[in-house]
Amino acid sequence: MKKIGFIIVCLSGALLLYATQDFPRWGDPNSPASTHVSPRYIQKTLEETDVPNAVTSILADYRGYDTMFETTVIFAAGMSCLILLRVFKRKDEDRYYRHITTGITIHIKGEKSIPDRSKEFERIDTMWTPYDLIIKTVARFLVPFIQLFALYVLAHGHESPGGGFQGGVIFGASLIIIAIAFDLRTAIHRFKEKLDGLLSALGVFIYAGIGAFCLLLGGNFLDYKELALVFPFDRIEARAYGILGVEIGVFISVMAVMICIYVNIVSEGRHDEGL
Amino acid sequence: MIPQLDIFILTLVIVCAVAAVSVKDLLGSAILFGAYSFMMCLLWAVMGSVDVAFTEASVGAGVSTVFFVAAVFRTTRRTKD
Repeated sequence: MKKIGFIIVCLSGALLLYATQDFPRWGDPNSPASTHVSPRYIQKTLEETDVPNAVTSILADYRGYDTMFETTVIFAAGMSCLILLRVFKRKDEDRYYRHITTGITIHIKGEKSIPDRSKEFERIDTMWTPYDLIIKTVARFLVPFIQLFALYVLAHGHESPGGGFQGGVIFGASLIIIAIAFDLRTAIHRFKEKLDGLLSALGVFIYAGIGAFCLLLGGNFLDYKELALVFPFDRIEARAYGILGVEIGVFISVMAVMICIYVNIVSEGRHDEGL
Repeated sequence: MIPQLDIFILTLVIVCAVAAVSVKDLLGSAILFGAYSFMMCLLWAVMGSVDVAFTEASVGAGVSTVFFVAAVFRTTRRTKD
């Protein structure tokens, strides 16, 4: 069976390589992709939408529907991860606590437990290793800068590469760093599960809401020009600000979904112990 | 675009891809997949599509590697086949 699979893979790979010979050369101005719509976008983007980065304006304005449903796909991925993995019933598992002043470790089985965030006792993981001071300190210093960079990527998506998607992933990664450097409970305490679920839906809602708002103002769905009727900027600037609005929606949704997926995978849906 | 550099990165992409599939250790496979994503990111950057390179670097090499490591942490480290 393995040999047959290998032969099939080799055959299809050879076919694909053979087919690439018919491709236009890299950067060929006469190729079909760069003769029809691309020149129009490249020439008209700045005067139509006031956004220097053509990629952002195509993603969020000319092809706004695609990006909206991409965000919905990410939202659906997060929700399906939650539905498949999350368990609410607490198993009678072993739990370890450490008395902070004396350093004695207590092993508890069954229903009884020490209340969370008790002043005398500290919950520790089953596979506990002493926290590394260097890792903790570096993570504490680094996280604000990572989050600031994520917000910069979001805000400068118009002028430079980036946008809501990348910014959201970087912001989510900063919280994952907290979860790895400290422990999962610290990260969940900082970013509660309810807030996470709310934000992942809110992002999609902002995106679709801006589209629907344009519809209410008399334009088409996601036709940001119409925002000029309510806000104090002209119809071309309105498109740039509309793009910023939907990018913020994508940012919030992607950030929340990344954290949701990580927390659910690493704790098998129990949200108490992790990497 | 420098042809030698391009060919070097492309070779590394293929090596990483084949190694990521054939290696028995799943943690190693996850790391190799991250390296593969990073090489792809370099290729996108060389070809001038910086937005795609940025996405590949943050999603492919960054977060998805962490997801794989988390999944390996909760399952087994060695493959059955």
